[in-house]
Amino acid sequence: MSTWDGFHLARAQFAFTIMAHIIFPALSIGLASYLAVLEGLWLRTGRTVYLDLFHYWLKPFSLAFGMGVVSGVVMSYQFGTNWSSFADKTGAVIGPLMGYEVLSAFFLEAGFLGVMLFGMKRVGPRLHFAATCIVAVGTLISAFWILAVNSWMQTPAGFTIGPDGRLLPASWWQIIFNPSFPVRFPHMVLAAYLSVACIVGATGAWHLLRGRGSPAVQTMFSMALWMAALAAPAQIFMGDLHGLNTLQHQPVKVAAMEGHYDSHDGAPLILFGFPDDKTQRVDDALEIPNLSSLILTHSWNGHVRGLKEWPPQDRPPVAVVFWAFRVMVGLGFAMLGLGVAGLWLRWRGRLFTTRPLHWAALALGPAGLTALLAGWVTTEVGRQPYTVYGVLRTVDSVSPVGAPGLAVSLTAFVLVYLTVFGAGILMLLRLLASPPQANEAGPPPQPSHAAGITPGPALAAE
Amino acid sequence: MLPVIWAALIAFAVLAYVVLDGFDLGVGILFAVEREDVSRDVMVNSVAPVWDGNETWLVLGGGGLFAVFPLAYATIMPALYPAIIGMLLALVFRGVAFEFRFRAATRTGRRLWDISFAAGSTVAAFCQGLTLGGLLQGIHVVNRAYAGGWWDWLSSFSVLCGVALVIGYALLGATWLIWRTDGALQTRCRGYAKALGAATLGLIIVVSLWTPMLHPEFEARWFGWPGILLTSPVPILVALLAWRGWLGLAHQEHRSPFLCALGWFVLCFAGLGISMFPLMVPPSIDIWQAAAPPSSQAFLLVGAAVLVPIILAYTGYAYWVFRGKVVPGVHYH
Ligand code: HDD
Ligand code: HEM
Ligand code: HEM
Repeated sequence: MSTWDGFHLARAQFAFTIMAHIIFPALSIGLASYLAVLEGLWLRTGRTVYLDLFHYWLKPFSLAFGMGVVSGVVMSYQFGTNWSSFADKTGAVIGPLMGYEVLSAFFLEAGFLGVMLFGMKRVGPRLHFAATCIVAVGTLISAFWILAVNSWMQTPAGFTIGPDGRLLPASWWQIIFNPSFPVRFPHMVLAAYLSVACIVGATGAWHLLRGRGSPAVQTMFSMALWMAALAAPAQIFMGDLHGLNTLQHQPVKVAAMEGHYDSHDGAPLILFGFPDDKTQRVDDALEIPNLSSLILTHSWNGHVRGLKEWPPQDRPPVAVVFWAFRVMVGLGFAMLGLGVAGLWLRWRGRLFTTRPLHWAALALGPAGLTALLAGWVTTEVGRQPYTVYGVLRTVDSVSPVGAPGLAVSLTAFVLVYLTVFGAGILMLLRLLASPPQANEAGPPPQPSHAAGITPGPALAAE
Repeated sequence: MLPVIWAALIAFAVLAYVVLDGFDLGVGILFAVEREDVSRDVMVNSVAPVWDGNETWLVLGGGGLFAVFPLAYATIMPALYPAIIGMLLALVFRGVAFEFRFRAATRTGRRLWDISFAAGSTVAAFCQGLTLGGLLQGIHVVNRAYAGGWWDWLSSFSVLCGVALVIGYALLGATWLIWRTDGALQTRCRGYAKALGAATLGLIIVVSLWTPMLHPEFEARWFGWPGILLTSPVPILVALLAWRGWLGLAHQEHRSPFLCALGWFVLCFAGLGISMFPLMVPPSIDIWQAAAPPSSQAFLLVGAAVLVPIILAYTGYAYWVFRGKVVPGVHYH
């Protein structure tokens, strides 16, 4: 099988489109909750700084949401266009979960998004706050269902296999609350919150560094560092639970993440190294003795199974999983460091004056999204060579669409996404490059007939 | 019984999509002829708060198919691959343009996003027509998988359907704008609506005469006994609506042209249902063969029964919040 046959092209296309998509939902999930908090604080305290911040972050949110919607619509058709065999075999089990996602989340978000973006002056602050909260809850419901789907593909449960090879539902409860769902869902929600905390923190840090430390800038920086201080440790804790769960259900994936080709008692933790599938060893490995056993089995000399216990055709590609996992974990600890430093400097009263902290926060701006993508690569590549783990192989999932057509569509997706989302991300960065203004949106109770949102920065007073 | 209920629900979702996104895609198609910045802003603002909800019906159509008729989903998508991908990419361009055209840094940037809005809307509509035509003319399935070639979907019939949908959506867009705007833009839209209405009527007639000729089953349903009892009112109603819509335009009514155009779409859709039922993927797969097992259909039906009415209620509320004429000058930014 050559590298660019239809099978590999279909995988490349799916991986590209889903990775582009997930960036925007992560921003939407995180920002929607952040916006709900900001608006709630404004209604409670009456301090305009919260309203200014709300309107400031509403613009990046609406950009990200728009891009999330259009890239998401693509995803809902990709199962049919690229993975039609998968769709036919598993549709009866995961299709209804996605149906619930549409009915219970997408409509809810879409229905109230208009009110949230354009309706402040039409419905008044309280109803508007309700709309914001509904959108935020909608993004979480959406994550709930899609992660139920993904978790089921990782740890399938509650189904039987029909005579014609199709999978049939047996217990909906077991399908939805499959073994890895309870760890994957909170891990992903925290990932989205951390991604947004990193971006908000970096934006605040940037304006602090440029000497524009207005109350709004200080407030957002402080809120972001609180989030990092709380969510980073929680994420590391969830990540540990996640790893233990994976060890139980997909031990070969853990062996790939850890880079263990051989089984060990008292296995070392390989910090860095170069896994080589041909020689079946990790070159130039930097190891800490026994630590891997300690983490995975919570005992010093615990037994850890290596990749060689599985036949080569049942193993995932090791190097990608190994590295992606290290990127995610490394960045998770970096965020923890930022959160702790923030707590310390806050206590010393130097949160807004310590430039090295601001530089660090700025540098970690992209860290959340990078860790999130790395996490998904770990999860998805580590599941190979299966789409439904242990049940349906990726080779048996693909559509009967030929390589030439896939090559054309993949090229089209890459070109279109790079231009369109590239332009969108530039606009987003340009928005964040100017600081929040006082009266970001003008006073709320102003009659308007059109779907008017906030005035652009040019109209607002400095 | 479950497959019949679900076929009706999916048909409802697709119809809701066609009429709702139909008018906002139509507004995008009309962008090509409306050159003034002020009118363009008004046009976009008339649909900006609702387009996302409208497009969600497309996700329900596709996602619903995956959930309750997986075999149909798994054969239609590969068969119509180029048309579907074309539609998705076009929807990317037009979906982001809502936000991007107001945020572009330069005039040229804004022009480019205006073009992407108009072209994206037009191409999406055209590809949807191709999809419809390709499905109607039939999909070659062997052993639960698509077994045709690359270009099976391309024919004079499917291209005609593509053109018909572009014109029909533009008519919906023009009549929507008659309802939601006033002044010079509204007057111009009356002119567009007259031309587009005549063209749409002509295309409806051609497509309707052509469709029964595609498969003997279709013909039997339309002209055989007792089917003809069901089918004969359809053309009569189309003619009545044409007359009423024309009066509405001539007397400068605001809402009736839009409602009449909607009525046309509903009738055409009913006609489509008459041709196809109970086939799901002509010529070989009917709704019972395509159906997911009863437990899947029942599980999702519970949710649909509870949630669809709620969705309709808050969608109605969202439209109500943004009711009234969209006035120029009150800018989006
Ligand atoms: C901000 C993002 C972020 C951060 C800081 C972390 N993760 Fe993570 N991780 C994800 C974002 C993520 C993710 C994108 O959310 C994944 C992919 C799928 C999923 O459910 O979560 C994931 C998956 C994932 C998996 C599961 C692989 C599988 O599917 O079986 C494990 C074992 C970990 N993570 C472990 C960790 C550990 C030990 C971390 C501690 C430093 C950590 N993650 C930080
Ligand atoms: C929760 C929803 C998700 C589902 C249902 C899902 C499902 C799938 C499916 C069906 C494949 C095809 C098999 C293959 O290409 O090998 C796949 C592959 C892949 N997915 Fe996911 N995925 C989800 C989320 C994600 C996310 C959010 C990302 C990244 C941001 C991601 C990254 C990938 C990658 C990189 C591959 C290619 C792996 C490979 O081919 O080696 N997935 N996934
Ligand atoms: C292959 C898997 C996926 C499919 C088929 C899919 C499908 C979709 C679709 C169709 C939309 C647009 C809905 C609309 O019209 O409003 C969307 C948006 C969204 N998706 Fe995905 N999605 C996938 C993966 C994910 C994952 C892994 C997450 C996060 C956990 C996610 C979270 C969201 C959210 C929050 C939205 C709301 C719009 C936004 O914020 O971008 N999706 N998705």
